[in-house]
Amino acid sequence: MSRTGAKILGVATGVAVAGILIGFYIAGYLVGNTPAFRPTVQGSSASPTVHLTIETVAAVGPTLAPHPDWVSYLVRNNSGRWERSTVFTLPAHATIRVTIYNFDGASGLRNPLFGRPTGLVGPELVDGKPLVVMPPDQPSHTFAVPALGVLVPLAPVADNAKNTCGYAPCLLSMAHRTMTFVFRTGKKGHYRWQCFVPCAAGFMYGFGGPMQTIGYMDGFLNVV
Amino acid sequence: MAPPAVTPASPSVAHGKRFLIAWIVLSAIATPLVAIFLGPAIPPGNDSVQASEQVFSNTVMVSISTPVCVFVLLFLLYVFASFRSRGSALVDGPPIRGDARIQLIWMVVTSATVLFLAGFGTYELLKSGSGGGQGPNAAFQPAGYKRALDVQVIGQQWEFTYRYPTYGGVEVPHLVLPADTLIRLHVTSLDAIHSFWAYQLGVKADANPGVDNIVYVETKGPLQFDIHCAELCGLWHGYMFDTGHVVGASTFAAWIKRQQSYFEPVMRYLPPYATNYLPDPSRRAG
Amino acid sequence: MSAVAVEVRPPLWRRLIGFNALTAVVFGIGGYYLGWFIGHHINGASVAYLGVGGIDQNDLSVFLGYFLGVAGFLIGMGFGVYPWARLRGYPPSLREKEQQGVGRYFGLCTDHKVVGIQYLCGIGLFFFIGGLNAMLIRVELLSPARQVFPAGQYLTLVGMHGTMMMGIMSSAILGPFANYFVPLMIGARRMAFPRIESLTFWLLMAGGAILTTTIFFGGFPTGWTGYQPLNDQANTGMDSYIVFFALVGISMCLLGLNMIATIVTMRAPGLTWSRLPIFCWGVLSTAVLQLLAAPVLIAVLGMAMLDRTAQTTFFIPSGGGSPYLYQNLFWVFGHPEVYILALPGFAIVLELLPVFARKPLWGYRLAVAGMLGVTLLSWLVWQHHLFMSGINSNLRPFYMLSTELISIPTGFTFLCGLMTLWRGQIRFTVPMLFCLAWFFNFLIGGLSGVFLSDVPSDVTTHGSFFSMAHFHYTIMGGLVFTFFAAIYYWIPKMTGFQLNERLGKIHFWVMFIAFNSTFAPLFAAGFLGQARRDVTYPAHLQFINDWVSISAFVLGASMLVFLYNFVHSLLFARIKAPVNPWSSLSIEWQLPSPVPVHNFDQIPVFTSDPYGYGEPSRPSALPAASPAGGSS
Repeated sequence: MSRTGAKILGVATGVAVAGILIGFYIAGYLVGNTPAFRPTVQGSSASPTVHLTIETVAAVGPTLAPHPDWVSYLVRNNSGRWERSTVFTLPAHATIRVTIYNFDGASGLRNPLFGRPTGLVGPELVDGKPLVVMPPDQPSHTFAVPALGVLVPLAPVADNAKNTCGYAPCLLSMAHRTMTFVFRTGKKGHYRWQCFVPCAAGFMYGFGGPMQTIGYMDGFLNVV
Repeated sequence: MAPPAVTPASPSVAHGKRFLIAWIVLSAIATPLVAIFLGPAIPPGNDSVQASEQVFSNTVMVSISTPVCVFVLLFLLYVFASFRSRGSALVDGPPIRGDARIQLIWMVVTSATVLFLAGFGTYELLKSGSGGGQGPNAAFQPAGYKRALDVQVIGQQWEFTYRYPTYGGVEVPHLVLPADTLIRLHVTSLDAIHSFWAYQLGVKADANPGVDNIVYVETKGPLQFDIHCAELCGLWHGYMFDTGHVVGASTFAAWIKRQQSYFEPVMRYLPPYATNYLPDPSRRAG
Repeated sequence: MSAVAVEVRPPLWRRLIGFNALTAVVFGIGGYYLGWFIGHHINGASVAYLGVGGIDQNDLSVFLGYFLGVAGFLIGMGFGVYPWARLRGYPPSLREKEQQGVGRYFGLCTDHKVVGIQYLCGIGLFFFIGGLNAMLIRVELLSPARQVFPAGQYLTLVGMHGTMMMGIMSSAILGPFANYFVPLMIGARRMAFPRIESLTFWLLMAGGAILTTTIFFGGFPTGWTGYQPLNDQANTGMDSYIVFFALVGISMCLLGLNMIATIVTMRAPGLTWSRLPIFCWGVLSTAVLQLLAAPVLIAVLGMAMLDRTAQTTFFIPSGGGSPYLYQNLFWVFGHPEVYILALPGFAIVLELLPVFARKPLWGYRLAVAGMLGVTLLSWLVWQHHLFMSGINSNLRPFYMLSTELISIPTGFTFLCGLMTLWRGQIRFTVPMLFCLAWFFNFLIGGLSGVFLSDVPSDVTTHGSFFSMAHFHYTIMGGLVFTFFAAIYYWIPKMTGFQLNERLGKIHFWVMFIAFNSTFAPLFAAGFLGQARRDVTYPAHLQFINDWVSISAFVLGASMLVFLYNFVHSLLFARIKAPVNPWSSLSIEWQLPSPVPVHNFDQIPVFTSDPYGYGEPSRPSALPAASPAGGSS
């Protein structure tokens, strides 16, 4: 009895340990999920309107582990705080009015085509002035939703600007550029959005790290 | 222990003859059925000349596979039915260690099949490269290739863009092609390796940085086709898809004119058209 | 087992101190942190540059950490003791640590039978981790667009599954079964290099552990091929892939070397080449491929490591390098690798069929020629992986021909196997069922391979789920099925206990049906336009994918049936197996179970091959041998 009992105990322990390890293992793959941000919807349900306020920072800063030196998008949540989320839940067939404050300097495009804004309702306004095309050495980032045809280059903070923001949180009193534009969400679906500027310093072709991690330079528009 | 009993060396039934007849009859029935009904139903369909060639290749492949498949499966079924050990006593089979004649026939038949397949594949390939990427020095040029319309496909993380050198080098984010035209696609990449897969057109070509990968495709009538990236290229590989169109000549002319006027402002920033582009890599810690 | 001399054993805590797996893990972790620390100091400039304190991208630290970690692990395991002793002038010895007890399974042991069992358990562990990844992939693919795992993590899952299976399963037959049975079959008392034999196992385990840690470094996005320049672009998780595959390469290379040396030099008197069991021929062919292919892998990974750390540009076009270089070198290794996985399957099938058909192996020389032909031809076909890449389009007819030529020697294996069954007295035991399934699986796998070898047909199938289904039919259907055949066949000899036959049959039928139900629909999915490694797919393919996912979960469950059978039969039921339960004529079954430490009291003399079923003289395989440990 004692021998069999010991064996059963051993196997049960093994199964329990394996179960815990498998749990940790699966959880390890799930942690990359950033929580979705759901902005408040205005207007009628027939023609909903959403205001999104976004900022881009050169580094997320020491408080936002695990990658304090990574470049990132932040979104202003419904209580007015900047949040590191790039997954936005938006209504279908809605008008999205976006304001982007860019605190980052110029990086430059590899394909100059992406200096031409596309897919918008009306023009893209940079500091209030309409933009036709941005020269390829200028953009800091782009906000692009290829499946919706949306592409918006972001103008950079000048190299010699004073009071630049090193890392988040960045205040609007610091040097920045303001982009405003309007686009429409299509039918329901999961639309990825990304940056096309090779802005990940230190990575091959500037396209590793934050450029390939959801929550930094990539995200989803969950259109519901 | 006494050695087990042994089955007699010469069987009472002509198993070999029986099996061969069954195989020939079954293959004779199955192969035409497969060739007529299954083969032409195999994608990618008949939406371009190259796609049609692939359907024909698939038909030949699946038809040749049929008798092989029937042979092995029928053999196994026959063996299971006829040669299973019955009863609990251990009985040995006849000690046959080989048969030079069967080996020779097998070698000749398999070699002939294989050589035929390779020859047939080469013949098909010679027509135009069958829609596969051929690199900068395309070995398989279709008739009239000098008059082909050049279109460049630029892969980048994570979108394909397209340039039309014959229309002033205009670059656009969506692919539209004229109908009934021989097209020479120049597939290249600005960063990682992508693969341009236009499913209904029967086109697949890897986009390598610094390489001009040429594909010939001859379009047929108007068509909407799916474009996918088919080589793992990073985070958004699974989202690197788009829809392309084949349209009539006049629609195409109108479309390209609209693109030229919309992207006119960016034209002066685009590099001059080239078969490949090598943007400087920004190295790590740089 | 009989009570031998009763030793006075020291208490448990005392036995845990010394060179063993526990010490090895402690030394390994210590070595990792030492390397990491050194790397940070070498890269001091970049620490200052990055400023805010996070040093995410310090590949040098990770590589040095892994290297010193592996070194610490091996020293802790005791691999430094013998070289050190020799340096100090102690006499040479061939064997060490062959004491009885469970402890020998957790350390350096030069008994080939212990290493075989270590391999079986170690490979089983990583096989289950790789399988778990597959299950998670199928969870994600239940829906065409909704994300369970974030896009980047999904790529890591895919890469982990592929890399783990390709790396670890390269030794699935050679590790456990060739290490255990080749010395027995050739009448030897040990492998040619017993210490290297143990080293190959522990390198593989260190590698597997390192690959599992990739998740702490952000994973890697490249899949098992690790194509450049994506490789160079990736997070430090890529370093785990590089170190893992390099360790697997070293392990494979040494394993192959050891097998070749053993089979060539240590055969007992009378065991001529034409009497060698076909299993040993299969092992020999595989070992040649391992020995010659793995160095190419190690070299290309070394170049990738230099690109990532020392900023060389082997694979960067704008620096004068070429991604084609990586693709070529990788597939020069990669295609033989595919046959490293497939050939042991051929060998197991041809070895087991005569036993259960009660007939001699039909066409022994043709079977050998088939294996050697595959070994040779597998070097000449690698560019069929690059048919769409734009490389050397004028060489395409050649690679199409050479690829299709491989079906000729593969056909020899089929002919010999099928003709061995012809007019036999077939017994449908569990190992036999797994071998027979091989015919079906490899037939489908081989015929689908013809589509991939033909360039026009390859245009659609290349890089799609069709090719994925193809290599699962050949590798899972060809290797994993025979791996289980070998387990069910040889476990009674390795442990002395029977596995439950009824559970074995349930395992077989569930696995066989679920396997086909999983992978056959994927041929259609590939033809209908589903690309490999895509986290999304067209919405109209959801039914196929859901069907496949559910089948895959059943396939996963069948492994649990096996696991239950294994644990229950060996730990609880413990029904003693007869010495020769299958009435095999092969020499290992004439020895007592489990086999005594020194195998043979007297080296046997061979007078024939072990396939004399039904022959009048039925010469015993070992007329002059009496196994160690007395009569059976």
